[in-house]
Amino acid sequence: MTNTIFLQQLVNGVSVGSLYALVAIGYTMVYGILRLINFAHGDLLMVAAYAAIFGMGIFSNSWIAFPLAIIITGCIGILLDRTAYKPLRNAPRISLLISAIGASFLLENLFLVIFGGVPKPFPRPDFFASVIDIGALRIPVLTIYAPIITILLFLGLLYIVYRTKAGKAMRAASRDFETTRLMGINLDRIIALTFLLGSCLAAAGGIMWAMKYPQVNPFMGIFPGIKAFVAAVLGGIGNITGALVGGFLLGLGEIMIVALMPELAQYRDALAFVILILVLLFRPRGIMGETIVE
Amino acid sequence: MLRVDDLHVYYGGIHALKGIHLEVNEGRIVTLIGANGAGKTTAIRAIVGLLKLNAGSIVFRGSNITDLPTHQIIRQGIAVSPEGRHVFQNLSVFENLELGAYNLRTAEFQEQLEWVFSLFPRLQERRVQVAGTLSGGEQQMLAFGRALMSRPKLVLLDEPSLGLAPLVVQEVFRAIEEVNRQGATILLIEQNAMAALTIAHYGYVLETGKVVLEGPGAKLLKDEQVRKAYLGE
Ligand SMILES: Nc1ncnc2c1ncn2[C@@H]1O[C@H](COP(=O)(O)OP(=O)(O)OP(=O)(O)O)[C@@H](O)[C@H]1O
Ligand SMILES: [Mg+2]
Repeated sequence: MTNTIFLQQLVNGVSVGSLYALVAIGYTMVYGILRLINFAHGDLLMVAAYAAIFGMGIFSNSWIAFPLAIIITGCIGILLDRTAYKPLRNAPRISLLISAIGASFLLENLFLVIFGGVPKPFPRPDFFASVIDIGALRIPVLTIYAPIITILLFLGLLYIVYRTKAGKAMRAASRDFETTRLMGINLDRIIALTFLLGSCLAAAGGIMWAMKYPQVNPFMGIFPGIKAFVAAVLGGIGNITGALVGGFLLGLGEIMIVALMPELAQYRDALAFVILILVLLFRPRGIMGETIVE
Repeated sequence: MLRVDDLHVYYGGIHALKGIHLEVNEGRIVTLIGANGAGKTTAIRAIVGLLKLNAGSIVFRGSNITDLPTHQIIRQGIAVSPEGRHVFQNLSVFENLELGAYNLRTAEFQEQLEWVFSLFPRLQERRVQVAGTLSGGEQQMLAFGRALMSRPKLVLLDEPSLGLAPLVVQEVFRAIEEVNRQGATILLIEQNAMAALTIAHYGYVLETGKVVLEGPGAKLLKDEQVRKAYLGE
C-alpha cells in the first residue's frame, strides 16, 4: 500500500462518509421528534435521483433540475408523514414502525412499476464530472465537493434549529408535545418542517450518490439508507451533530478496512452491521447521544 | 369571558368530570379548589383541548372553542402554566420565554419580556441558563412567566405554588395579583385553599368530578364545609 493510494482512500472515505451523514441527519431528526425509525427515509435517496433525472430531461440544466428534485423530495417527505405517520400519532410505537416499513415497500414498488427495474444512467453535469490532479493523486471533484456541500448544509441546518423560532419549537417538541401545543404552536407544522428538512438533506445526498454511482434503480436507497441509519445510531440517535460525526466515521471506517486489511475488502459492507451490533451492545446511546432518550 | 357548561370527560371507563360548569368573568381571579383527584387538572386540560370531551361546551369571549385544536384555542388569548411546570428543560430561560411568545411580533415580544422580567427579576439574572438546571421555584416562575409572554387575556394556573418554600409562594401569589391588576383574568387551581380563596373573587369547590359548592372567595373562606375539608379545621 503506497501513500498515494492511502491518501486517495482517505479522501474517498471522507466523501462517502459525508453522504452517509446527510442521510443520517434525517433519521436522527425524525427520531428525535417522533421516536420513530423512519424506514422509508433511505428510499428518499432514490426518489431524489429519479426526480433529478426527470428534471434534467425537461430542463437539461442541473442548476434548475437538482434544486427542484430536492424540493420535490422534501414535499414527498411531508406527504409520507401526512399519510403514513400522522394518522398514527396516538397509536402504539410498533404500529408506527410497521407503517414505516410498509411505506418503504410502497415507495420502492411504486417506482418499480412506474420506471421499471432496469437501472437508468444518471446525467452527471460537467461541473461535477472533472478530475483534478494533486501530485500523484487523481481526485474527482465530486469527491471534494460532497463533504463541502455537506458541511454547508449542516451549518444551515444548525442555524435553523438553534436560531429560528421554528427550530426552537422543534427542539421543544422533541421533549414535550403537549407543552409545545400550549405555546400556541401548531405541532403538525413543526413535525412537517422536520420531515421537510430531513428529506431535503437526504435528497442532496441522493443526488450526489447518484452522481458517484450513476446507476439509478428503485432499490438503490436501501443500502445507503441502512448505513446512514447505523451512522445515526453510532453518533447517538436524536443528536444532529452526532449524525454528522457518525456518518464521517462510518465512511472512514469502511475505507480504512479496505486500505489496511485488503483481504477483508469484500466484507466492507458488513462493517456497518458489526458497528451497529457493537454500539447497541456497549454504548446504546452512541457517541453524542444523551443518557436518557425517554 | 370563559363559560364552561356541562363538561363530561372520561378516561377509558373512569368518569373523571361529571358535568361541571364554570364561569370566569373578565378581570377576575377565579379559583378551583378540591382534593387530590377531584378533576381540577382534567378540567384545565379539557378547556384547552388537550383532552377530548365526551360532552359539554366551552365558550371563550363569545366564541365557541369546544372542539378547536389546542394551538388555535391558545391563539385566542388563553395561556396555561401547567401542573408540574413543564418548562422546556433542554432550552434556555430566554428560549422558553421566546416560545411563550411564539405568535407575537418582535416589538410586542420585547415589551412583554420586560414586563415578565420586572415581575420575576430572577429570570432576567438567569436568562441564558438551561431551564433544566433551574431550581424548582425558579422553574415555577419560568412556567408562569412563559405563560404571560403571549399577552394572554385569560391565564390558567395549575398549582403554581406546588412544592415551593413559603417565601416563594408569597412571591408567586403577589405576582398573580399583580398580573390581574394589569388586566389579565385568572383561573387558579390550588391545593393551598386558604391562600387561593384569600385572593380570589370567586371560587368553585370540586369533588370527584362535580362542582359541590361555589361562591365569592371571602364567603367560601367562612363556609363550615370548606373549613373542615380544605382548611384543616
Ligand atoms: N391519563 C389518565 N388516565 C386515567 N385516569 C386519569 C388520567 N388522568 C387523571 N386521571 C384520573 O382522573 C381523576 C382526576 O384527576 P386530575 O388530575 O384531574 O385531579 P386533580 O384534581 O388535578 O388532582 P391533584 O390535585 O392531585 O392534581 C383522578 O381520579 C385521576 O386518577
Ligand atoms: Mg392536578
